[in-house]
Amino acid sequence: MKKFYSNNKLLIIALVLLLGLFLFDSNKGIEATKSAVYNFKSVGMILPPIFILIGLLDVWVPKEVMVKFMGHGSGLKGGAIAVFLGAVGAGPLVVSFPIAALLIKKGARLAYVFLFLGAWTSVKLPIFMFELANFGYKFTTLHVISSMTIYYIGAIILEKTMSPKAKAIMEEKANKYA
Amino acid sequence: MLNGFLYFVVLFFLLFSLVKDGKKTKMALKKAWKSMMKNIMMIMGMMILMGVVFKVIDPETIGSFFGKESGLFGIFAGLGIGSFAFIPSFIAFPLGAQLIENGAGYPQVAGFISSLMGVGLISITMEVEYFGKQAAITRNAFAVLASVVFVVLVGVII
Repeated sequence: MKKFYSNNKLLIIALVLLLGLFLFDSNKGIEATKSAVYNFKSVGMILPPIFILIGLLDVWVPKEVMVKFMGHGSGLKGGAIAVFLGAVGAGPLVVSFPIAALLIKKGARLAYVFLFLGAWTSVKLPIFMFELANFGYKFTTLHVISSMTIYYIGAIILEKTMSPKAKAIMEEKANKYA
Repeated sequence: MLNGFLYFVVLFFLLFSLVKDGKKTKMALKKAWKSMMKNIMMIMGMMILMGVVFKVIDPETIGSFFGKESGLFGIFAGLGIGSFAFIPSFIAFPLGAQLIENGAGYPQVAGFISSLMGVGLISITMEVEYFGKQAAITRNAFAVLASVVFVVLVGVII
């Protein structure tokens, strides 16, 4: 029972909150359920291809190759690959977590994994044209440059300050989810 | 359309993999299924959470905070509300465009969409589950910083 709870903590918390909303205002509860179902459908559409991609990567890309391209000695190239992967990735950040877990599992440099997450949340190729058209080139350029700079600094700092124990926990979690 | 492209690319890789090595492909699919099952409960929880949050605070009331005259208050409101939930960029940007069309200021909307995409106080439990406490908190803190810097730049330059 305890294990079931810790494995599904988020789902249980969400269901409790939803129940609370129902008790508070049943109309809002119904609407929330509808939008949850809708959200899940739209994310559900991209889950199978993303996880198939993760599976293929896991099987076809050996650890040495990942280390070579995104590991500690990969330099600028590794960072560029991380940003590229984040920028082309489709879907909400939720989807990027298992991908990041796979990168960690395969030996990618921690700073690059976080750069990947940073790019995923700020620079999106599929949305780039939309941003450009609706917000203008100044806004878009500022957005891309400022966020990537901060995320780069953050990635380096995180890698430097993380304790070996925290890193070990992270690797353990990565093996669990990827 | 985006989904179609994704499916097309994955199908291409899958066929390529199948031609090269059937056994490995089978293994990849097994792994894909297994890891999807391991992640799906959490993703489902997240979707329910989002549903609840956006019925409690709906986008229209949010928009009323962001007028051009809302100044610093609007900026902080944008950053604050945006920090609660995670929203993918393909929803956040159209939402931001709509807000601007309705008279919202650029810095306010910049802070709102940037924190909306990068900071997720609600989903931080999930992030901790994947990466541990320290990493999750640091990443979110830097996402806040990135949003603040972006707001300042937009405010000064645009």
